[in-house]
Amino acid sequence: MKYELDARRLFCPMPVIRTQDRVASLTEGDLLEVTCTDPGVKNDIPAWCRINGHEVVSIEESRGEIVVTVKVGKG
Amino acid sequence: MTQQRKAVALISGGLDSLLAAKVMLEQGIHVEGINFYTGFCVEGHTHAIRKKDKAKPKRNNALWSAERLGIKLHIIDIVEEYKDVLINPKHGYGANMNPCLDCKVFMVKKALQWAEENDFDFIITGEVVGQRPMSQRAETMPIVANESGAEDRLLRPLCAQNLPLTLPEREGWVDRDKLYDFSGRGRKPQMALAAEFGFEDYASPAGGCCFLTDESYSKKLVDLWESRGNREYEMDDIMLLKVGRHIRPNERMKLIVSREEGENNFMNGYKKIYTHLFASSHPGPLALLDGDPTEEDLQLAAQIVARYGKGRTADEVTVEAHTIDGEVQELKVAPLNPHEILESWMV
Ligand code: SF4
Repeated sequence: MKYELDARRLFCPMPVIRTQDRVASLTEGDLLEVTCTDPGVKNDIPAWCRINGHEVVSIEESRGEIVVTVKVGKG
Repeated sequence: MTQQRKAVALISGGLDSLLAAKVMLEQGIHVEGINFYTGFCVEGHTHAIRKKDKAKPKRNNALWSAERLGIKLHIIDIVEEYKDVLINPKHGYGANMNPCLDCKVFMVKKALQWAEENDFDFIITGEVVGQRPMSQRAETMPIVANESGAEDRLLRPLCAQNLPLTLPEREGWVDRDKLYDFSGRGRKPQMALAAEFGFEDYASPAGGCCFLTDESYSKKLVDLWESRGNREYEMDDIMLLKVGRHIRPNERMKLIVSREEGENNFMNGYKKIYTHLFASSHPGPLALLDGDPTEEDLQLAAQIVARYGKGRTADEVTVEAHTIDGEVQELKVAPLNPHEILESWMV
């Protein structure tokens, strides 16, 4: 399943916290598309994923918005 | 086989918490990290606002620590609950507006709650006796353990040998002989241990991860509270205290004047909640106005804004003031001279 999360106008680490809390309710293999405006997420969400057993499938940037797609792992 | 015991480690992103967690891993304990976001943490975003800071590698030090340790990290948003800690600290403040002792008690209490919910056996912190003048003294160590409710389930691996026996030591889950007896403000033992574990490039050891320990930030926070007549605050307030020059010419208004492009961009996001001013005849900074100005005040605000722009030596500068309702007022003013901006106005 694919889900979306709006983390625009939040500053790190808030987008990471929102991602973490949302991922907790998803199951392995689900995709979560997180839309952000703080460029810090390009480092922080991948770091959080590496640590906690999830995967960043893509990071796309356009018009000041960054969309990070996370694939939920075993956790 | 004996059961593997589990510890939750408070990870601040600094060296001490990194070492404390590592010491536990070395003893075969399953460790997961917990990190609390108070809203005052000096993390990635604030480094990113000002352009001059952009050259520094931007990372979240707590995540970095966890990755180096190979442990999971749970980041907990305590912004709302933390207000009560900051507004009414039972043990008072440190040198600035840092309620460190109450903060520690609160964080350990939250970690305990997390440990109970997740079936963890004990809590560890990187505290060192005598390291911090307010929160890490011999007398405060038991206060944190008692008031948090953690009692002997709180272990400080870096100074455990100076403290009474805790549950994990008594039960033999950890070997007290392989814990440490660090004390005092010196950093040498920590640095030696870091070298032993092969940790390099760790975050600057001397605090600096919390805006509340910063003198100039604390002054701005106190000014905000005094001007409002209460100690409430919202996330937007505490974010804006991190940027710009804060100038309060009278009790009716405060101006936040950006110092460079990065701050300008950041402050752009606040135009919907504050009246904003900028010079339209010359390049210059964006300013946000907090308060309830009279017509005269608005003139003065425009003169101040003009003083910080490229038109500072011009006879006349046109400044636009936009209210949150979208009303625009054009003010033609003479920029103030630098000496007319009084020292006492600067927050
Ligand atoms: S510096 Fe003090 S107030 Fe700030 S997070 Fe650390 S313990 Fe808490």
